[in-house]
Formats: sequence, structure tokens, C-alpha cells
Amino acid sequence: MPLDTSKTTTKPQVGLFVTCLVDLMRPSIGFAAVKLIEAAGCDVVVPPSQTCCGQPAYNSGDKATTSAIARATIAAFEGFDYVVAPSGSCAGMIKGHYPDLLKTDPEWSKRAVALASKTYELVSFLVDVRAISSVDAELKVRATYHDSCSGLRELKIKSQPRTLLASVKGLDLVEMEENEVCCGFGGTFSIKYPDISNAMVQKKADFASATKPDLLLAGDLGCLMNMAGKLKRQGSRIEVRHIAEVLAGDLSAPAIGEA
Amino acid sequence: MNSTAHNFKSNARVALGDQQLQSALGNLKGGLVANRTKARAALPEFEALRDVAKDIKNHTIANLDLYLEIYEQNARAAGAVVHFAETAADARDIILKICRDANAKIVTKGKSMVSEEIGLNAHLEAAGGIEVVETDLGEYLVQIRKETPSHIIAPAIHLTQGQVEADFRRLHTHLPKDRVLVEPAQLVNEARGILRQKFMTADVGITGANFLIAETGSSIIVTNEGNGDLTQSLAKTHVVITSIEKLVPTLEDLSTILRLLARSATGQECSTYMTLSTGGRRVNDHDGPPNYHVVILDNGRTDLIGTEFQDVLRCIRCGACMNHCPVYGAIGGHAYGWVYPGPIGSVLTPALIGVKEAGNLPNASTFCGKCADVCPMKIPLPDLMRHWREAEFDLGDLPRGYRTGLAGWAFFARRPRLYHLAAKVGIPLLSLFGRRGRFSSLPFAGGWTRYRDLPAPQGRTFQQLWAERQAGVTR
Repeated sequence: MPLDTSKTTTKPQVGLFVTCLVDLMRPSIGFAAVKLIEAAGCDVVVPPSQTCCGQPAYNSGDKATTSAIARATIAAFEGFDYVVAPSGSCAGMIKGHYPDLLKTDPEWSKRAVALASKTYELVSFLVDVRAISSVDAELKVRATYHDSCSGLRELKIKSQPRTLLASVKGLDLVEMEENEVCCGFGGTFSIKYPDISNAMVQKKADFASATKPDLLLAGDLGCLMNMAGKLKRQGSRIEVRHIAEVLAGDLSAPAIGEA
Repeated sequence: MNSTAHNFKSNARVALGDQQLQSALGNLKGGLVANRTKARAALPEFEALRDVAKDIKNHTIANLDLYLEIYEQNARAAGAVVHFAETAADARDIILKICRDANAKIVTKGKSMVSEEIGLNAHLEAAGGIEVVETDLGEYLVQIRKETPSHIIAPAIHLTQGQVEADFRRLHTHLPKDRVLVEPAQLVNEARGILRQKFMTADVGITGANFLIAETGSSIIVTNEGNGDLTQSLAKTHVVITSIEKLVPTLEDLSTILRLLARSATGQECSTYMTLSTGGRRVNDHDGPPNYHVVILDNGRTDLIGTEFQDVLRCIRCGACMNHCPVYGAIGGHAYGWVYPGPIGSVLTPALIGVKEAGNLPNASTFCGKCADVCPMKIPLPDLMRHWREAEFDLGDLPRGYRTGLAGWAFFARRPRLYHLAAKVGIPLLSLFGRRGRFSSLPFAGGWTRYRDLPAPQGRTFQQLWAERQAGVTR
């Protein structure tokens, strides 16, 4: 990364959009994200007025609630240079769907578009914005990576996680079959259609297991909880983790679904 | 066709437990999906073509009245009889009358999803006493099993070869018992032998149309087996049953879209046959049907113009969305409960038979986005499914438990202070019960824990830990 001498005193201010799942279920991912963003030369601020990006309401057809949450999120984050979320799904919601949701309101539409233009998923922020190509981490494991749908298709995140994983000393990435196919989580889908969701995650678990990895990684906690839940139910020894924990070199917390 | 879309959940459960079906669905990936990937990779301008095709159809739909008029004028000038049918019943009656006027005893049919939509076969058989014979191999298989198509371009994709062999042996009893039916070609040949006689004796041939071309007044069928051509050229009367959004302005536009159609559908560069019909047999023609009718069905489609669902009218029925859909791949087409399965059905079915009946379909999607990714006409299918969920929400049609849960969550999500306070209390409590790091059953998450463990929260929330860390830093 070229050093910009004119700006050495003021680091970019990043507002961390923690995401509701990381906040409630797995803070270690949030701290890993903070470590990575700081290592990329930014200051991290966590606005306490954030809750959720609004997808549960948005995907249930409740536009009024979603709009209210979107406006609150915009107000909380629009002062930062960047907004970063350790989730392609939530970043995709802010980046892709907020402007669409608020497009009939001229004032909020402008603010939504402005926020969208500086919002990034964590790994994409590190690679695409901060031009990071390696991390300082070492881990002797065989890992496989699931491309979560929103990150992959809404934000075009494919090479970025692989670039950074390749720089982890000792980590051997083995691609599984159908790594771009949905794991069957889909937020409330997993509760509303558990039979179908199960058939999908069963397939995912089979493909992941076939690569005989120590670690199954992805960039979205929802997918990770789904895949971990299935693997643990099957008695699998594969550890399931968010990619940020590996890149930050901090595996001190037990893997997802383990104590 | 009668709908079982309201039974989607139980339909899906049955499908998931059907071993034959699961084995048949396993063939999708190596077949249609792999072939499309190859065909797309071999055409550098594929993405650019999608944009052009999208513009063509958007322009056509925006000027549909104009192009319908031009089409009708040119088709009539070429000798076609053009009928407009507002409803499915209108279309059935028009076609029955054409068949009666032709004294039809036997009607052959090429593949047509619109004919499924209007329940044509049952009507011709019951009201007209007419023998209706499906001549597309997949449709023939479905017909002899008294089933419906489970896919819009591969109607019998839910069947295994073994099932087909068993059906042929059961039904074609006039053929030698010891005949060999192992290779697909042997099955095709047997069906061909049976159908050939029907083509020769049919009084009316009914086909669909992939497109109607305004500037020439033509219809076109895009096929691989040749059955469509025999259906439409050997009988004295050819009836085209199609729907109103199938129009394109010019032959040039048609060629653009055709470059996308076969590649997206089967992965072919183009299909084996692309047959244009312009009017009936002319005086100096050597063959062809003397009578040529085109029945254009609306059935609610024009109501979509000007709504958030208008984009669905760009669909060219290639089937790529269902081939690539992980939900379709898990349950097959019949579980959707009506004519059009997969993502396109999840958008179209509520529009045609109502969101009350078909509300499950747009909900049964993870919004993984693969369908929109592969759609040659760039229809934003997940967005349109979400619009149906909005319609359902506005109608108050959500199940009560779900609605209450959503409202409770929304109450907190809109009040950050309360939200974090509740999380601060609730989350550590919940994590106490999940000491193994996960739950194998939870009262409010039965759907999840029936099949999966639910990972437990780590302990305290990120916001709580972060606030402590910040306090420590400033102290």
C-alpha cells in the first residue's frame, strides 16, 4: 500500500457495523474484525445506536419497519469515512438495498446512496479498499471455504478471501464441490422451511466433509451457524469459523457450536 | 390446472422423501447446468446480449398494444385467424370450437406450457370427446402417467430411465415382451413408432409459440425432437396457443433473443429446429396446414404492466432459473403445485392464481440470487419474490406466530437502547443453557433443531464487551 504522507496524521475513520448475529452470538468475530481494520491503518468506532440491518423485516415484506431501521442505520453511520461489516449479507443490504428501499424519498435516498458508496464487507474492504494482500497469521490447517450468496453475487466477493487465506502461513485451502451453492440458511427461510433448508445444508455438509478439512470457513455468521449446526449434529470434528478469526490469527474462542 | 400450491410444505416433504425423484434430480447438475456453463463460456458477448435482449423485451412490453396491433394485422394479411382470449376459459372454448369445426377426433400436441395453464387437454377430452396425444417425448411420458410437467422445458425430468421402461412395458402391450429397452435411443424409438401413427391421423395439431413476431405476423417454435413440426404441418388445422407477452417486434430482435434461449435452456448453441409459421398453406405451397389459428391468452398478464411485477413479462421460458435453483434441485417441480415451478413460478404463479393460494412459493427462497444471475433476460427474480412477500404482509396474510415474532423483534430493533439492554440480560442467560456450545433442542426453534444443533451465544454481547474495553482504554 503506498504511503500517503499528506494524511499520515489522520487515519480513516471506520464505523464498524457489527451485525446483530455477531453482536449477540459471537463477539470474537467483531474483535477479529477490529484487529484487522486497525492493522489496515484505520481507526475503528462502534456506534452504540446500531441494532440490525433490517433484513428480517425486509425479507418478510415489512417495508415500514425496514425503512425505519435503514434510516436509523444511515444516521448512525453517515459520518464515517467507511462502514465495514463482517458479513456480505448485511453489507449487501446497506450497499444494495437501502438505496432501493428509500428511493421514493429524495432526502433519504441521497443519504442512502452516499452511505452505500462507502460501505464494504470486511474482507473486500481490506483487499479492495486498503490494498492489503497478506496478513500476519500462521495456522497449520487444511481449510475449505464456502462462498456465501450475498457476498458472492451482490458484492462480487470471490478472490479477496482466497488472496488473504493464501497468505496465512501453513494454511492449505482445499476447494469443495459446489462452493458457490447456497447452504440453505436464508435467514427466516431456515425456520419457515426447515425440511428444504435441511436438505440443502446436508448437501453442503457432505461436500465440505469430502475435502477432509480441519476448518470450514465463510464470511457470514448466519451460514456458519447453519453449517456448524448440521456438522455438529452429525458428530463431525470439522471446526467451523468466520474467516476474520483466522485472518486475525486469533482462534482463542472455541469454534462455532463448540464449548 | 388445479393448484396444490397451498400444500407446498407437505408437497416438499413428500418430494424430499421420494428416492426415485431425488435420483432423477441428481442428473440436473451434470446435464443442463454443466451444458449452460460451457455454452455461456464459449460466447464472449453473452453478457452484452443479455442487456440487448432485456431492452428489446422492455420496449415491447412498454408498447405492447402497438405491437399486438401490428402483429395481428400482419398475421391476418398472411392468412392467419387471430383470436384473443382474456381468460383461460375463453381460450379453452375458442380451441374447442376450432376442433369441433374441424370435426376433430384426434388432436396431436407439441409442447406448450400455456396449454397446461388453461387445462386444455382435459377440456378437449371431456367436453369434446377428442383424443389428445402429447408428442413431445417428455410430455408423452407425463401424459401416459397421468401426471403434469415438472419442468417447463424438460417435463419428465423427475423420472428415471427405469420408470420410463416400466411404463412402456405396461402400456405398449402390442410390442414383443422380450424387446430390449436399455438405451435411451431404444426408448425414443419405441415412442417414435407409436407417435408416428398419431401424426398421420391427427385432424388438428396444437403447438405453443416461443415468440410471435410483429413485423411478419409469424409464430415460431423452438424444439429438438421434430415432433412440433410434424404436429403443425401434417394435420389440416394448426392451432397456436400462446400468451400475450411472447411478442417481439422484428426478426432481427428474434435472432438476438434466440442466441440466448437455447444456450440458457439446454446449453445448445441453437436448438435442432426453429420453425417459423406465417399463415396457413398458400396456393403454391406443397404442404402445410390449410388452416392456421393463433390464440393469444392474457389471463391476467396485462394487469402486471405498470406494476412492480412487470419485469416478469420478459421471461422467455428457458428454465435456467429452475435448473440452477437449490430449492428446485431439492424438491423438483411438482411440489410447487401449479404449472410453472422454480423461481419463475414463484413470481408468476401468485400473479396468475393469487398470492393467497400461492403465498408459500415466493417465501420458499433463500434469496441466494442464483436465478437472477443466470436469467438471460435479467429478471430480478428475488426482488419480485420479495414484492410478493410485501403484498402478503400488507394483506395481513402472515401466520400469526411469525407476525408476532416479527413485530416483537421490530419493536426492539427500532429502539437501540432497549435492544442492547435486553440483549445484555438475555444473551448471557441463554448462553448459560448452552454450555456445550450448542443447543440440540430449543422450544422456539423447533424447525431448526429438528435437523441441526443451534450454536449457543459465546456469553456477553459485542456491544457490552466493547463498551468495557473502551472504558478500560479511557480510564
